[in-house]
Amino acid sequence: MNAKFQPTGSAYFIVPDTQNPEQHILSVIVDNEPGILARIAGLFSGRGYNIDSLTVSETEHEKHLSRITIAVTATPKMHMQIRMQLDRLVPVHRVLDLTAEGNGLERELALVKVAGKGENRVETLRLAEAFRAQVVDATTDSFVFEITGKSSKIEQFITLMQPLGLVEVVRTGRTAISRGPEGM
Amino acid sequence: MAEQMTGAEIVIQALKDNGVEHIFGYPGGAVLPIYDALFQTEGIEHILVRHEQGATHAAEGYARSTGKCGLVLVTSGPGATNAVTGLTDALLDSVPLVCITGQVPTSLIGSDAFQECDTVGITRNCTKHNYLVKDVNDLARVLHEAFYVATTGRPGPVVVDIPKDVQFALGNYKKSANGATQHASYRPQTEGDSAAIEAAVDLMLKAEKPVFYTGGGVVNSGPEACEHLRELAALTGFPVTSTLMGLGAFPANNNQWLGMLGMHGTYEANLAMHDCDLMINIGARFDDRITGRIDGFSPNSMKIHVDIDPSSINKNITVDIPIVGDCASVLEEMVRVWRTKTNTSREDALKPWWKQIEDWRSVKSLSFKNSDTVIKPQYAVQRLYEAVKDRDVYITTEVGQHQMWAAQHFHFNEPKRWMTSGGLGTMGYGLPAAVGVQVAHRDALVIDIAGEASVQMTMQEMSTAVQYGLPIKIFILNNEYMGMVRQWQELLHGGRYSQSYSESLPDFVKLAEAYGGKGIRCSDPKELDDAIAEMIDSDLPVIFDCVVDKVENCFPMIPSGKAHNEIILPDTADIGSIIDDKGKVLV
Repeated sequence: MNAKFQPTGSAYFIVPDTQNPEQHILSVIVDNEPGILARIAGLFSGRGYNIDSLTVSETEHEKHLSRITIAVTATPKMHMQIRMQLDRLVPVHRVLDLTAEGNGLERELALVKVAGKGENRVETLRLAEAFRAQVVDATTDSFVFEITGKSSKIEQFITLMQPLGLVEVVRTGRTAISRGPEGM
Repeated sequence: MAEQMTGAEIVIQALKDNGVEHIFGYPGGAVLPIYDALFQTEGIEHILVRHEQGATHAAEGYARSTGKCGLVLVTSGPGATNAVTGLTDALLDSVPLVCITGQVPTSLIGSDAFQECDTVGITRNCTKHNYLVKDVNDLARVLHEAFYVATTGRPGPVVVDIPKDVQFALGNYKKSANGATQHASYRPQTEGDSAAIEAAVDLMLKAEKPVFYTGGGVVNSGPEACEHLRELAALTGFPVTSTLMGLGAFPANNNQWLGMLGMHGTYEANLAMHDCDLMINIGARFDDRITGRIDGFSPNSMKIHVDIDPSSINKNITVDIPIVGDCASVLEEMVRVWRTKTNTSREDALKPWWKQIEDWRSVKSLSFKNSDTVIKPQYAVQRLYEAVKDRDVYITTEVGQHQMWAAQHFHFNEPKRWMTSGGLGTMGYGLPAAVGVQVAHRDALVIDIAGEASVQMTMQEMSTAVQYGLPIKIFILNNEYMGMVRQWQELLHGGRYSQSYSESLPDFVKLAEAYGGKGIRCSDPKELDDAIAEMIDSDLPVIFDCVVDKVENCFPMIPSGKAHNEIILPDTADIGSIIDDKGKVLV
């Protein structure tokens, strides 16, 4: 039997996706009503999609609309299906795949706590300046930095802080918007 | 104009304004105010079931046989959880239901109160949409919206969870404006893209080996869709096959009908699907029972897919021309475009294809070896069909071998006559569904073609049938086995019949009598016709215990891990060798 005809555990042989998974950023406009986040999360878990990151906040107060930004890794065919499934939910107004549109602008914010003394402390500050991280809290033996940027930049900053006395990190997850004059 | 009334009264008024005439339900603490308002209301009949699952299936049978929305009313906690199976069934088979559940008072939500459960949490993934109404002034709007969401687009079940204090509270009632609820975010697309329809017709005009593959979407779309399908089939001369859910949309007595396709579909239908050069899927969803092995599914065809649900398109099978829209409007447009492009018949061009189909038909894949001494289940369905075919008849089924035999040997010429659990495969569906159908069609002959295992899952609804004088006929093909489980164990698990034999069965005749119905038993093929006549003549609900061959298998069958052209026929000598080891590991 051909190697690609592997049983999947379902009732039938299903050809495994030969497409490579890639990460896309989806922007979803929803009614800000109770349970909406559970509805979205339940859709992802129920259908076996993986959420890499998710941010949500009400963005239009008078209309009670929230914008949800979801980073999800899947094959191109599955990305299409995920968009269709999201669009099918009754409180979902619009779904946009910013990655597929090719004009997404994304940012993430992190708060990074680093403790240390002496030379480490000087080095920490020097690096923070290079990364344009702001000091938002300081004691004689610690700093909390606020850093924004692409996730890869934050990732890099955290890696550099590791040997200098990294204590803990919180991240907001990625949020994104399209470039240019058009709104969603 | 807004009118002051209690939440419970708002519920009843909203039901009336949305055309509800029948409710299937079961009272309990958290819905007592609604039952009290119902008590003081004329014009709505409540059918008291014996278990909430029965209420949901009865409402499904009611909805599918009428095209209206089914209404379920149950209490909080166990009332809601018992309804979950039926809601899931309705979701998978796209049946419009509104299910109203009682909830503990808002102040107690989250306190693990008596008969509290997180109904909206539990039903979120088994409904099209659900609501928890915490403010009585939202109640009317939510209820109108629930009916709108349940019945439009791809239909489905909607739950409205109403805490008891909201049912008591005074609030404003507003009729929905002309029933047309404008929804901010939910707007199903019903008109197909005209360029896509034109491209589809162009392919149809060139096709040499076309096939229409139709599904439950045509039935759901309504009688016009079925009319347009018949018109388009007549115009094009293409063969037509259908899924289990779509039976009746195209008449079985038409010569272009190939029979059902899929795992237990006919040889000609499955081979036509495999060998066609153009597949026109109308309102079906490329379910795994239909496609078989996906990489072997109809390898050389162009595929057109008409579906009202955009997420159905390219989900399982990638298609060439997707058309999102309601079957009725798309089919009507296809007929119109076809007429503008040609007025000559394509009979000659299709001749070789029809010749090929006739060859496949001559295999007679639904044949079986009959017996003089024991009733063959297929024979029982055939005799039942012959006895009732000229009547106003509705068929429901449970799930298993009997369901497939019913689909193969009972023939439907009209839509909405066939109620079965396709997507979820819910054993115990048929009896309560028959109750719901009979409520909607009091004078019709309603038969549940059942298996002795399935029917015991919801047998208590016999009591409902007796209470409301609903003369449903439960025609049990009794082989003492969970037949389909036994068949798979025989074919795939070396004949090790693990837990598929019912050591102890009730005496179905006495059981029927105990409920206040009529019981009939028949085990002799020569007496079968008379016994069926006796069943039909009875004014009571009847349990017919048809004792059939214990080990008959359901063929044809496309085994696990095989494509359409690897179908097993009934007289295949060595079935075991056809299924390979990889097929055996599949469910």
